Amino acid sequence: MNKIFKPDTPEQLTEIIQWANAHKTPLKVQGSASKTWIGHPVNTEHVLDLSGFSGISEYQPNELVLTAGAGTPLAEIEQVLADNRQMLAFEPSDYSALFPGASLEKRGTLGGVLAGNISGPRRFYSGAARDHFLGFRAVSGRGEPFKSGGRVVKNVTGFDLSKLMAGSWGTLAACWEVTIKVLPMPEQTSTLLLFGLSDEEASRCMSIAAASPNNISGASYLPAALAKRSAVPSITNDGAQTSLTALRIEGPEPSVVHRNQAVQKLLTGGNHSLRPKHVTTLNREDSQVFWSEIGNLHFLSSGFLTSSTEQQKCSQEIWRLSVPPAAGWQVARDITKAITNTATDKPTDACWFSDQAGGLVWLTCSADVPEQQLRAALKPWGGHATLWCLSNNGGNDDDKENTERRTRLSVFQPQTDALTVLTQKVKRSFDPNKVLNPGRMYADI
Amino acid sequence: MPAAEAEILKQRKALIADLQAFLPAERIVVDHASLRAYDRDALTAYRQLPLLVVLPDNVEEVSRILALCNQRNIKVVARGAGTSLSGGALPLEDGVLLSLGRFNKILDIDYDNRCVTAQSGVTNLSISEAVAEQNFYYAPDPSSQLACTIGGNVAENSGGVHCLKYGMTTNNILGLEMVLMDGTIIELGGKHLDADGYDLLGLLTGSEGLLGVITRVTVRILPRPEVARAVLLGFDNNEDAGQVVGDIIAAGIIPAGLEMMDKFIIAASEDYCHAGYPLDVEALLIVELDGNSVEVDHLIEQVVTIAKAGASTSVQVSNSEDERLRFWLGRKSAFPALGSLSPDYLCMDGTIPRSQLPDVLRRISALGVQHGLRVANVFHAGDGNLHPLIMYDSNIPGELETAEAFGADILKLCVEVGGVLTGEHGIGVEKRDLMGVMFDEGDLNQQMRVKCAFDPEGRLNPGKVFPTLSRCAELSHMHVHNGELPFPELPRF
Repeated sequence: MNKIFKPDTPEQLTEIIQWANAHKTPLKVQGSASKTWIGHPVNTEHVLDLSGFSGISEYQPNELVLTAGAGTPLAEIEQVLADNRQMLAFEPSDYSALFPGASLEKRGTLGGVLAGNISGPRRFYSGAARDHFLGFRAVSGRGEPFKSGGRVVKNVTGFDLSKLMAGSWGTLAACWEVTIKVLPMPEQTSTLLLFGLSDEEASRCMSIAAASPNNISGASYLPAALAKRSAVPSITNDGAQTSLTALRIEGPEPSVVHRNQAVQKLLTGGNHSLRPKHVTTLNREDSQVFWSEIGNLHFLSSGFLTSSTEQQKCSQEIWRLSVPPAAGWQVARDITKAITNTATDKPTDACWFSDQAGGLVWLTCSADVPEQQLRAALKPWGGHATLWCLSNNGGNDDDKENTERRTRLSVFQPQTDALTVLTQKVKRSFDPNKVLNPGRMYADI
Repeated sequence: MPAAEAEILKQRKALIADLQAFLPAERIVVDHASLRAYDRDALTAYRQLPLLVVLPDNVEEVSRILALCNQRNIKVVARGAGTSLSGGALPLEDGVLLSLGRFNKILDIDYDNRCVTAQSGVTNLSISEAVAEQNFYYAPDPSSQLACTIGGNVAENSGGVHCLKYGMTTNNILGLEMVLMDGTIIELGGKHLDADGYDLLGLLTGSEGLLGVITRVTVRILPRPEVARAVLLGFDNNEDAGQVVGDIIAAGIIPAGLEMMDKFIIAASEDYCHAGYPLDVEALLIVELDGNSVEVDHLIEQVVTIAKAGASTSVQVSNSEDERLRFWLGRKSAFPALGSLSPDYLCMDGTIPRSQLPDVLRRISALGVQHGLRVANVFHAGDGNLHPLIMYDSNIPGELETAEAFGADILKLCVEVGGVLTGEHGIGVEKRDLMGVMFDEGDLNQQMRVKCAFDPEGRLNPGKVFPTLSRCAELSHMHVHNGELPFPELPRF
């Protein structure tokens, strides 16, 4: 019989994991189950639900630190921070936008965001979730409670296990309390939009901007087919069916005005010879909408699926490519070429957009992407690819075809032999009986 | 330190012979006089001659040395420039000291991807110097940056005065190459931002040489801000200064640097270098803002307003680069200034929640009276990182021990008020025996299990960080309940 264990004290959590060890019964670990569609399917009889560990236990805005239960809804954290004009600077994404109609709980929990190291457009400027993860309390896969890190922003006491937890997808320990660094919200935000640049020009544009002392905190590039999906009117009106390169500038009001002009002058005047068809600036409100569209993958939402073949593009399989920023567009080009159906010579309908100054490429295709070809095309550039989403399943595990594909493929980048061995040893040091999320990241983890 | 193992000491000759098979004689240091140069790091109270020193030239040699030592069950301590303030690079009598001094080349400067790849023995400052022509720099700036190496920075997760805004080492590196104790060469990360798999890069950073020997590092470089300006604020008491620090942050301003000095330091450094500090104050703050001139001018104005509203008794704003450097001169001379006042001093390093500062300073001075030693305080006030400097004379019998006991009391106080044992210097040998103040047995056991995953025989930098390194076999033993389903009352939907 399937059981959901929902502890609300660390003692209960400890006992459940000890029980799982004693019975060699693995558990699927989740908060609000908003990201169960990422990774290999976890086929366990029982579920360990951490949403009982909810609520902010300590938050002093002047200390720039917040401690909360791992199961605290992200929305609650963000609201409390906003009330104090603070924020999570790593800008965690909300993937519920991929699945229109999904319930609001699909927004996720703080623990889930950290377990997946989920960060948004500001990542290349302000760091990832892992860079803001200061400490935690957890029960290891061995069933032993432990803590690591602290409640201060600067700390090198002992091994930094917070880093190890971030991005471990619940395969090492069940965190029940986490402490994060928070930062002040910028006073003003604007976004410089450059329309009509080619892939190569956009990449150069983002590199130049990011290399200038203008503190660009968002740099993204959308092809015309995706840009027109924005809900920001001035993008769809001004864009007139061209590509869009967007640069975000945040800070004190006078500085934002100054830097907006400086960046514009740098890019379109002088030696850089970028000739956008059109240049405009988004105000704060429109910027907020636009950057959440980027971070939340709005442009790849299955909501754009209709019967029209044209619009079915960019709707099914989503790959996340973390690559050297300047190479982003070439990686996307090479992969698109490599996954073209060679048997029929039919051009692929793959399309992509890039974020984080080119260092993060989201590539999508309506057909199953041939994994080996994709990975081979990526290899010369460095970086890694993750099958992020098969988007038609709406976050459910019950789609058989989807589950089979996620089982068969290497969802995460396959590791070298040496790294595989080390990864297994690290896993065993926390969870020797593999009772927590077995197989979610790699077969033997 | 753990007692030297006779089994290892016995093997010295044979080990040298084995090393000579693949290393030229001049890169195996064995004579007493030459070994003397390696007998300590910057925690100068501790000295120890190593078994011998090896100077490998490339990663394959590092791999062979480690594999050989692993096979012979010989301990190894890796060393960059030996500037650790916590004894992280302190040699062992029964340990090979592996110097990365020859790993001194910058391998790749990639402005398009805003990163630099360097061998681990390259100094921190030389990375910034190498990219200065294009107006880039490497942000973490520990005060030893002229000498300390990037590999050592990774091992210790080094900070500096600009961490509040720009982060520590861990926030500024993208990739590394390391060698495990068994000789396995591992590559982590690259020029891309996020690690795939477990974040071993993050784990290695700050692991104090216990997990692997770092041979190559890829760091992020940042465009240098157009200008920096500083404000020098004086206060009648520490409470007022602490309050203004909080007010600046509450106003949404994250300064590039936010330093505090107490009365003792102000007087000592003013005497030493005549920076022009006001002498009629109890505490001084240096607030540095960087960015474009419009932003910096705007924020300076806000900081001055906050300071005046917050009972600051003197306000000076730098109007030139010379003036800004003068504001910093006293702070940067704090250590040599103390050196001129006291034969020896211990530099402590704890972090506290900022709001606890006035109370902690009061209690530190009470502890000073109790131990009969003078103490001065410099403080990275922005991120709560406190550096009490305990003055003592090692020629007076027992005074070093008293100073250490005083230091331990300060660190216990940091933990008591919600802080931690070390903000940027590391645990090393210095704070090893205090780990139990912050962590219980379960916490330490899990950390040591991670150590076991990398180095099951505990041969890499033993005697550091952990008070007692338990045997991996014992740590992996698991006590399991064969009980029934727990908590039958739990809701199970």
